[in-house]
Amino acid sequence: MTDPSLDAVDRRIINALQGGFPVCERPFDAAAEELGIGEAELIARLDVLQDSRYLSRFGPMYNAERLGGDVTLAAMEVPRERYETVAETVNAFDEVAHNYARDHRFNMWFVVAAEQPERIAEVLCQIEIETGLQVLSLPKLEEFFIGLKVTV
Amino acid sequence: MDRALLAAIEDGLPVVSSPYADIARQIGTSEDDVIGRLKRLLGEGVVKRLGLVVRHRAVGFDANAMVVWDIGDADVDRVAEKLAAQPFVTLCYRRPRRLPEWPYNLFCMIHGRDRRTVRKQIAELNASADLEGVPTAVLFSKRCFKQRGARFSTANMEPAA
Repeated sequence: MTDPSLDAVDRRIINALQGGFPVCERPFDAAAEELGIGEAELIARLDVLQDSRYLSRFGPMYNAERLGGDVTLAAMEVPRERYETVAETVNAFDEVAHNYARDHRFNMWFVVAAEQPERIAEVLCQIEIETGLQVLSLPKLEEFFIGLKVTV
Repeated sequence: MDRALLAAIEDGLPVVSSPYADIARQIGTSEDDVIGRLKRLLGEGVVKRLGLVVRHRAVGFDANAMVVWDIGDADVDRVAEKLAAQPFVTLCYRRPRRLPEWPYNLFCMIHGRDRRTVRKQIAELNASADLEGVPTAVLFSKRCFKQRGARFSTANMEPAA
């Protein structure tokens, strides 16, 4: 991974394109115009940014439920001395998308997403079997709308 | 064809002048068709958003707090609307309680540059929705073990945890 530092133009690009990317024949041209730069410059900079540690992705965010899949947020209370091993076990599942250590009795929090809804229960059950630890499943019941956006 | 399109772009859009034409060639359709489908999928909310996904920590948002409350079921929508309106709240969900271990049903995520700022924002949040005395917990993240933009098969996710 390359690791350039972000300059002012990079920051403007990141701030603008988090909100959305045009869907038209020449989307980079359209986005570049908004940013006051040229299409070629935007493409060149995105090429670099894409491989940098700053971005995880440039593309779509899907609504798993709308695709017939399912998602849950799972929590575990993991003994400190077993934390790394349990994290490896959990992260080995393709269905696990994010895994965060948090400072709470429930100290491991991860997202499980699957195209087949029944697969979620299987993965959680498998994790309980492999680790011998309880997994709390906290699926979203309601989402209150906010645009996810940070200013860099 | 929708599925083929979603599968073709799940790992990212090609960074070239006409990315939708590239994708169209890949899945055997026209650029217009790809553009039309994507617009519709965005409108329907199947694709929540198209754009850059930032790694919060890498861009200096080191403090990431999940704040949870136990709000009476009758009040939860009203409170959530207030919380979601705060600019520093990046996600707001209602989730089930799991008693006795987990009594909390309302979840907010806050991304900030440092813990001190985030703590101040949490205090503001509690004041704005009149939540003094409500059972609550703040779970700062210490480390991210896995942050990937998931596959189509496992859905591209918001950083919900």
